[in-house]
Amino acid sequence: MTHLFDIFVRSIFIENMIFAYFLGMCSYLAVSKTVKTSVGLGIAVTFVLLITVPVNWLLENYILKPGALVWLGSDMADIDLSYLSFIMFIAVIAAIVQLVEMVVEKFSPALYNALGIFLPLIAVNCAILGASLFMQERDYHSIGEATVFAIGSGIGWFLAIASLAAIREKITYSNIPAPLRGLGITFILTGLMAIAFMSFMGIKI
Amino acid sequence: MKEPLFSPKNLKLLTGPLNLNNPITVQVLGICSALAVTVQLKPAIVMALSVTVVTGFSNLIISLMRNTIPPRIRIIVQLVVIAALVIIVDQVLKAFVYDVSKKLSVFVGLIITNCIVMGRLEAFAMAEKPWRSFLDGIGNGAGYGLILITVGFFRELLGSGKLFGMQVVPQFLYEIGYKDNGLMILPPMALITIGIIIWIQRSVNRELIDKS
Repeated sequence: MTHLFDIFVRSIFIENMIFAYFLGMCSYLAVSKTVKTSVGLGIAVTFVLLITVPVNWLLENYILKPGALVWLGSDMADIDLSYLSFIMFIAVIAAIVQLVEMVVEKFSPALYNALGIFLPLIAVNCAILGASLFMQERDYHSIGEATVFAIGSGIGWFLAIASLAAIREKITYSNIPAPLRGLGITFILTGLMAIAFMSFMGIKI
Repeated sequence: MKEPLFSPKNLKLLTGPLNLNNPITVQVLGICSALAVTVQLKPAIVMALSVTVVTGFSNLIISLMRNTIPPRIRIIVQLVVIAALVIIVDQVLKAFVYDVSKKLSVFVGLIITNCIVMGRLEAFAMAEKPWRSFLDGIGNGAGYGLILITVGFFRELLGSGKLFGMQVVPQFLYEIGYKDNGLMILPPMALITIGIIIWIQRSVNRELIDKS
């Protein structure tokens, strides 16, 4: 249990998708102009991560890994399909985003309207593919670990975008040098926030 | 097509992205997977080359197929083309520069979702002839590489006093009290370095300044 909790806290604060790995920066910079839309996007990203990472974990462990096909018979034990993982992961993500979009539209039109165009765009958000690739690289041992990692990463991403949006709303009233306005100051802000998040480093549970 | 292969108009496709239409600092594309690989110069250059190859060839391939792709499923077609190219790049890196490939870790795979590649496919290759699309892809890859290499240069020089892993800051400077700035190696400084690059670029080219 403490092990799972450790993964959870690490993925939110220490190995934050945005501040430590810069994943999902494109939508992070483009959508963080108002708090309301960035909260919507944050929820959508967390939701999609929660589904795609466990599915890709199953795919990785029962199809792609060297020797993973052993459940089909012992002569399949030395097949290594790991070079296919990029294309399989991205196909799964694109399909699941499409599926999630249809399900949400059917069962919760309110949420669907709130998320708007962000839902289809999530398929090309690097944070989603990044989480699956980290899951593969770090070799999580059970589907539980993978799921906890996915939720944590999603919440970390959500925190980052919501707080950046809050700062950007305030900063419109500040007197920033003209060439730094817009994109430039946003980068520097993110850098400073990342330095603040570094203070979580070294936390061990 | 009667115009020469490198007519002024075509050359502009190559040079535009280097400065006034830079994918990172002006179009805000492809920041995602870029910054983490700029701690040292060597991985930054390898990453820049890989992205240039992928943007160039995916633009070429999609442009050749642009009239046969049904618009409704174009995203998945594009993703498959990109993913196939990235797998080739990944296998080549693993075969020839294994240590760099280990350092880049997941970021090679993340070229697939790099917004530069998708962005240029959607904005350019779906509507233009193959040769022009190819040049546009190479140009944007190079503009991305330029920023990556600049950031990598400063981070390695100030952060560890080295370039390409070789000591360049002379020993006597350390003896009179110069110290490497350890903060440059950490992720936040990549963001701040880019922020400063944008600041300098916009001070030089006033027309890029954000009006709002």
